[in-house]
Amino acid sequence: MKAEAPAFPRVEIAGENAVMVYLGDAICPAVAAKVRQVDQRLREQLGDKLIDTVPSYASVLVLYQADRIHFEALRKLVVDCGKGLNESVSDDVGRHIILPVWYGVEAGADLAMLAEANGLTPEAVVERHQDRDYHVYAIGFAPGFAFMGEVHASIARPRLATPRRAVPWGAVGIADRQTAVYPAVSPGGWNLIGRCPVRMFDPAAEEPMRVQVGDRVRFKSVSHAEYLELGGTP
Amino acid sequence: MQDGGRWGQHALGLTTGGAMDGEAFFWANRLVGNHSDTTAMEVAQGGLQLECEGTTTLAVTGAAMPLRINGQTKALWRSYQVHAGDRVELGHAVRGLRAYLAVAGGFEAEPFLGSTSTVLREGIGEPVKEGQWLPCGKPAESNWALPMDHVPRYEPAVSLRVVQGYQAAEFSNKARGHFYENSFKVSPRSDRMGYRLEGHVVAAPTGDRLSEGIAYGAVQVPPDGQPIILLNDRQTIGGYPKLGAVLSIDCWKLAQCLPGETVRFKPITLTAAQQLVGEAAGVRASVRLKRCE
Repeated sequence: MKAEAPAFPRVEIAGENAVMVYLGDAICPAVAAKVRQVDQRLREQLGDKLIDTVPSYASVLVLYQADRIHFEALRKLVVDCGKGLNESVSDDVGRHIILPVWYGVEAGADLAMLAEANGLTPEAVVERHQDRDYHVYAIGFAPGFAFMGEVHASIARPRLATPRRAVPWGAVGIADRQTAVYPAVSPGGWNLIGRCPVRMFDPAAEEPMRVQVGDRVRFKSVSHAEYLELGGTP
Repeated sequence: MQDGGRWGQHALGLTTGGAMDGEAFFWANRLVGNHSDTTAMEVAQGGLQLECEGTTTLAVTGAAMPLRINGQTKALWRSYQVHAGDRVELGHAVRGLRAYLAVAGGFEAEPFLGSTSTVLREGIGEPVKEGQWLPCGKPAESNWALPMDHVPRYEPAVSLRVVQGYQAAEFSNKARGHFYENSFKVSPRSDRMGYRLEGHVVAAPTGDRLSEGIAYGAVQVPPDGQPIILLNDRQTIGGYPKLGAVLSIDCWKLAQCLPGETVRFKPITLTAAQQLVGEAAGVRASVRLKRCE
């Protein structure tokens, strides 16, 4: 996001019945707490004027019934909802989840390039990816796709210039300082560094989503043999 | 199988799915007397053969796919009563890409979180398979046709209206000029998730960007400068900069385009966009179907 951004909340048009509410420009638990509050307030106050919301790291996309509420009235409501927010993160009661990852240049098509671009060895990138707990900031892009952060600055890398048409399920990627596991085969532009054998979304399971917003996740290196044993596919 | 889409589940990361050509889907259901959100079959490209095991009413709308009932050529955009033993065939599309087959009462399909829409990318639902039995409802009392002047045309060159928004102000004037003044070709790498376009490079603003929610029709520009229009099976969150969103009532035109066909964009204001959407709903509501035998 650009440095010229004024105070938050900032409201932008995102379509004929969509507005984007920006609540910050950083990945941090305090902004995440604001996002959750604004999302909840908008859901309560808009009622049947709301189609859906898409909360993310620092923003909420609001899809509204344009024939039931005027854009200017919505903008005012959004700004009001953005006032007096609590930055405390004490309501963070997420679980701690460990996800196994088969790392390596064979498992992650972009590991070698990412390492080289950052002046590191692939081993050092893998080590740094596992050295901390990641906060789950948003679920989106695809079902069960958990946006986590932040990775160590020395292993960050922008998205690929042209997204891949098909990323394998379980692929573990880095985009800037975010990290995620692709739950299913899909197009994607993240730098791939390994593969996780855990199904992040299973519509048939009692709990279809493996992780939820607010959870903390740590990655743990496993061998190729362990990866296959845990349900990974070649 | 598709309905109007799986709305209200974005927080789980679920996309909406739903009929790619909402206009043709609407008329298919209307012609057989269904509620507008009823489950119908989306047929891409064509080549479908069905055998009836009972009596029902059906209608085919959308792409120009030759429709034959018991070998006889029939018009699209009207309903027919079919009986046990009748053979219904849809040939390959000669214009457009997707046709909609609706039956009275709708096709039976298992809903997931309130919708029957198939989203293959999410592993929700499956394509209709050879040999599958498709339970249908009872026939309608009459057959109906959509008046010709309301039948949409599927053109090899389409113009789409765009509500400017998102990061539009971060793109340079030159980049926005390139986007609105040039035409683009539909890439073969287009699908229900998004239509990728090829043409003049639209320079996207650079820099770190946090992933954020994506609206239907969003115009996303990755660093290679080739826009992607995000449609029904779009990702719910993404981080590439966006110029705005294609007007919802124009998205069907794109969804009927084949690779190599041409797309142009025209900017419109939010006020104009909302007015156009309202007018389109009014026109739909005012159309009188023609009764036929």
